[in-house]
Amino acid sequence: MTTAVSVDTEVLRDLLATMWRIRAFEERVGALKRADEVHGLIHLSIGGEGVAAAVCRQLRDDDAVYSGHRAHGHALAKGAPLHRTMAELMGREGGLCQGMGGSMHLVDVAHGFLGATGVVGGNIPLALGSALAARQKDSDAVTVVFFGDGAVQAGLFTESVNLATLWRLPVLLVCENNGFAEFTPRSAHTTVERVSDVVGPYPLPRQTVDGNEVADVWTAFSGLLARARAGEGPALLECLTHRLRGHYEGDPDRYREAVSTEDWQRKDPILRLQRAGHDAGWLTGSESFEADARAEVEEAVTWARSSPFPSTVPGELR
Amino acid sequence: MAREITYIAAIMEGIHQEMARDDDVLLIGQSVGGSPEDPFVAAFGPDRVRVTPISETAEIGMAAGAALAGKRPVVDCTMAEFLLVAMDQVVNEANRFHYMSGGRVTAPLVLKAGYGFTAGWAGQHTGSIYGMFMGVPGLKVALPSTPADAKGLMATAIRDDNPVLFLHHYLLTLETGDVPEGEHLVPFGQAAIVRPGDDVTLVATGWTVHRALEAAEELAADGVSVEVIDPRTIAPLDMDTILASVERTGRLVLVDQATKHASVSAIVAAEVAEAGFASLRAPVVQVTALDAPIAYAKPMEDFVLPDVGKIVAGVRRVVDATVSQDRAAAAR
Repeated sequence: MTTAVSVDTEVLRDLLATMWRIRAFEERVGALKRADEVHGLIHLSIGGEGVAAAVCRQLRDDDAVYSGHRAHGHALAKGAPLHRTMAELMGREGGLCQGMGGSMHLVDVAHGFLGATGVVGGNIPLALGSALAARQKDSDAVTVVFFGDGAVQAGLFTESVNLATLWRLPVLLVCENNGFAEFTPRSAHTTVERVSDVVGPYPLPRQTVDGNEVADVWTAFSGLLARARAGEGPALLECLTHRLRGHYEGDPDRYREAVSTEDWQRKDPILRLQRAGHDAGWLTGSESFEADARAEVEEAVTWARSSPFPSTVPGELR
Repeated sequence: MAREITYIAAIMEGIHQEMARDDDVLLIGQSVGGSPEDPFVAAFGPDRVRVTPISETAEIGMAAGAALAGKRPVVDCTMAEFLLVAMDQVVNEANRFHYMSGGRVTAPLVLKAGYGFTAGWAGQHTGSIYGMFMGVPGLKVALPSTPADAKGLMATAIRDDNPVLFLHHYLLTLETGDVPEGEHLVPFGQAAIVRPGDDVTLVATGWTVHRALEAAEELAADGVSVEVIDPRTIAPLDMDTILASVERTGRLVLVDQATKHASVSAIVAAEVAEAGFASLRAPVVQVTALDAPIAYAKPMEDFVLPDVGKIVAGVRRVVDATVSQDRAAAAR
């Protein structure tokens, strides 16, 4: 936990608050899914909040983020309003996309959350284009794309790494390696254990960190971000994480061993940061991060419930 | 002022003029901007004219991402079949963003590709595969048959705020025609009646428009008056013009270089069956390619494809069917 000390305590408090907002949101979405108030396919990021928080909280509104099917945490950490994100998941008109996109297609342009896409890896080339557009505007804005280790075996991953390095695009590839591609362990899909090794021949910095150690993610990403902003090209950050829930809500999850409560207490990025905070003294025990987050989520649910379902196709959509 | 130029020159002129008009228009492709003397590189520089590796998914997806971020890229995808390599990016990403975001984002992307190179290019480079794209939500599809339409549809495609697949016919590449010099826009979803007529409606696209016109000329000598309609864009598809024509003629022949079961003609036949059935005095006839790959050997290539003779025969079938029906009605 030594690295936690190297990150400013105000930053760490913000990261803790962000992670609790995501955790509370995801747990509530799971309950709403079971109650059929959220309909459709839902993938929760419980256990992976640290990566979303540590990456997105370093970005500006004009930096773009692309995410995939497990996108709620990334959108919230990037600044998407919690109540409108909840409304989108509940298919309401007040949602980020007027209820037309849903969980896997969240978009919030105002906060640079350019979008979530539902096909594994399909977002990676889109991020390259966003990075090119920013550079052509002479802006130092960067684009971050989140994907899982499952996307790395797709041809488009290598195509995109090749093009991003060839054109030195300001794009940061953030891989959340939770060891499972949907329902299959990484070892059944590839002989290369670390995603950072896959990009070995290409000229881009690559780093693998413990994604449950939020301060480590912050520190590693911070270096790569500064480089990309300065026009030094793309980078890859691999975050080793754990998906506490199944691939989707309702997944019987029989393909892997359940993590023991004791083990999870050690791994949980939120509990880990809280322990570090208490040890270092920047947390006193009187904080109300969790309670505040849960209250905000309840308000969001109430707000979303009061928003009508869309009744017509909005605008000139084709 | 119009002057005569080739179909391919008209397309490139359309792109060039739009790039001069709007700095956000980019030209991207695996073989664009080959040298500093290239007219696009010379005029717009290598930052806007970008060569990519043979990585269709990254190439088209990157362009789609640039479009979502406010650029207006034109991707020269070379051959229509190469789109198939990147199918997710062509039919399942940028084209859906406008709808899925509740209208909050747009993706002004043009994918330009040639098709139908039925000149001995055999089984994998000759397809008329537009049929598989015309029902894809959020994707518009333009199929110009003349140099003027090629320029005008390209300009309209570039100014469109969402993805357009611009498919040009390889066998028309060096055909010439009058093309306006300056700004020239051809609206989407407006069919052209390229030859007016009273007895039979003939709908054709691309290269087959010209075969249909030849057939109409031949039939005129026999006193059969054929109206030839070119939809010009198949998504959106101008069914109003086709239905109005069928209402007058009562007979419909559909010409298509695509395989029958993935053709524009099958869709038009279904639309007319649904909305214009009462106008029909004879069954619809489709003159399409066979549901087979294009053969290499010349006689077999011809066997698979529609041609003037097959179109004339198709028209005679609807005319004869009407005559026999009219006789049967008279006998009753």
